[in-house]
Amino acid sequence: MKQEKEISESRRNFLMKFSLGLGGIAALLAGIPILGALFQPLIKKGEQKWRVVGKLTDFAKGETQLIKFRNAEEDAWAGVSAKSAGWLRHKENGEFECFSANCTHLGCPVRWEKDAELFMCPCHGGVYYKDGTVAAGPPPKSLTQYSVRVNKGNVEVKTAPIPLTKITA
Amino acid sequence: MGFFKKIWNWIDDRSGISETIMPLAKHLVPPASKWSYVFGSATLFCFILQVATGIGLSLLYQPSSQNAYHSLEYITNQAFLGNVLRGIHYFGASGMILFVGIHMIRVYITASYKFPREMNWISGVILLFLTIAMGFTGQLLRWDANGVWSSVVAAEQLSRVPIIGTYIADVLLGGQAIGEHTLNRFFSYHVFIIPAMMFILVGFHLFLVFRNGISEPPKPGRLVDPKTYRKWYQHLLAKKGVPFWPNAAWRDALFGAVVVICIVGLAIFFGAPKLTQPPDPSIITTTPSPDWYMIPIFALFALMPPKIESYIIVIGPLVTIFALLALPFLSNSGERSPLRRPWAVFGTFLVLIFVFSLLYIGLKAPWSPKFDTKPIYKQIKTNNPDMEKGMVLFYKKGCQYCHQIKGHGGMKGPDLTLIGRTWDKNQLKVQIINGNKNMPAYGSILTKDELNQLVNYLAALR
Repeated sequence: MKQEKEISESRRNFLMKFSLGLGGIAALLAGIPILGALFQPLIKKGEQKWRVVGKLTDFAKGETQLIKFRNAEEDAWAGVSAKSAGWLRHKENGEFECFSANCTHLGCPVRWEKDAELFMCPCHGGVYYKDGTVAAGPPPKSLTQYSVRVNKGNVEVKTAPIPLTKITA
Repeated sequence: MGFFKKIWNWIDDRSGISETIMPLAKHLVPPASKWSYVFGSATLFCFILQVATGIGLSLLYQPSSQNAYHSLEYITNQAFLGNVLRGIHYFGASGMILFVGIHMIRVYITASYKFPREMNWISGVILLFLTIAMGFTGQLLRWDANGVWSSVVAAEQLSRVPIIGTYIADVLLGGQAIGEHTLNRFFSYHVFIIPAMMFILVGFHLFLVFRNGISEPPKPGRLVDPKTYRKWYQHLLAKKGVPFWPNAAWRDALFGAVVVICIVGLAIFFGAPKLTQPPDPSIITTTPSPDWYMIPIFALFALMPPKIESYIIVIGPLVTIFALLALPFLSNSGERSPLRRPWAVFGTFLVLIFVFSLLYIGLKAPWSPKFDTKPIYKQIKTNNPDMEKGMVLFYKKGCQYCHQIKGHGGMKGPDLTLIGRTWDKNQLKVQIINGNKNMPAYGSILTKDELNQLVNYLAALR
């Protein structure tokens, strides 16, 4: 039997590449589903859904009201975390506008100050007018809007991802 | 030889415990490495404390978006010593952030990152950022209103990254919105992924402490020369070195024990941070605020000029990490004594002043509307009905959220207690109607009468 050290250079080379290559393939095969779990949110994107938020008669003209609805995720184990809020504004001409409650600065929940007719953010002092445009503070753009429709006497809002502000906004 | 001694000898022989540990414990360290050297080990003790209390908490915690908040209530209010356990984990995190900072400052101002310890510094910098990441994900796992909004704020920051920002934010949150996957993700980051990296890096960091040796206390004029340093250091150890255990290590042990006892004491005395509202993003009457160690960053977001803010959010952390990693490559030799490196000491002071100023102002958060301010017309009585109307408007129209009068109100805008002395009615009108960058324009919000009443009231403040 040949001594271990006598194996040829090319064979040593082969064994090295073989071991590393095979190990790499094994790691890759096991790794793909793990990465799949990590990137799941990019691979499986749920569809957005229309949610009934109230009857047409619930919303007086000229008023801005808080509406709450479940976001696109249906599974019970999300609990209350899957709830979303919006500010529904019934304009004087009968049209609806629904603003996301997320400030466009860093996403904190803005609140409607009825008498002042302003949206105010508690985090860094962002302020918006009733039409969602920026009134003061750091927000780089107007409040994002949800799609709204009136369907069989109900007001419906379409769920949407959290409005993320881009660097160019 | 006693029976137990025999058993121990057998175990020791077959496992090689003494053979491996003793040389490490007894390895020689430079003399006079005294109290300034205890902060690294204090960080390590805090880390171990965090792992241990974290395991304890994991026995009681429910890592799901639906149940985490309830399990937190259970741990806090019902579990045996649960509030203390949470408290230790909280103050342990605070301690770890504090000591990692002090340790880093010590290493920087005594230039211990210089040859041959560049890799100690680099692994330390990565550990610093992992520690901050642990602090952030940890406070979020309380999964109360603060937890939910912290995760949103983090996603908003990541979304500023060009092109792939939205994707990173979605991966972070486990979806496009807060939901069933969000809490599990942060649990996985906080309990598995980041700790796994930290175990590896802490091991590596300690290995390097043994391999390169503890840096000797600097002496002015004694320069580091990469060509001769290792030889000189070995010579120093051979001549004057003392065994780490127990000559030097007793200080680490003493300080570490005091730190742990203090943390437990604080936990018993103060308990864990209070939970805020449930993790329901549709509860909008909440004022999100992170734990104290995140406050300086939170404050920075309020104070940066909005035009450059989005860019700073992306570029700032990158530049900071790059600069810290580049440090040992920019200067790895020469003077180590802080007495001969005044700019390093001065720079450290500036950074500390910057961070503590941000912490101070962040805790006050003068930029936030003060929603809970008590209506001024209920605080200050007047017999003049016109003044009364002005005061009511001052509160109702939101002025008081941002402006103070006689100590009542927010701090975002100027104090108006004496505004009538310097501003006439016309100036006040122009300002209220048009607003400016930091104040809404009230032109379309106030009626003419309301405007006059408000202006009359303000002009009378003198």
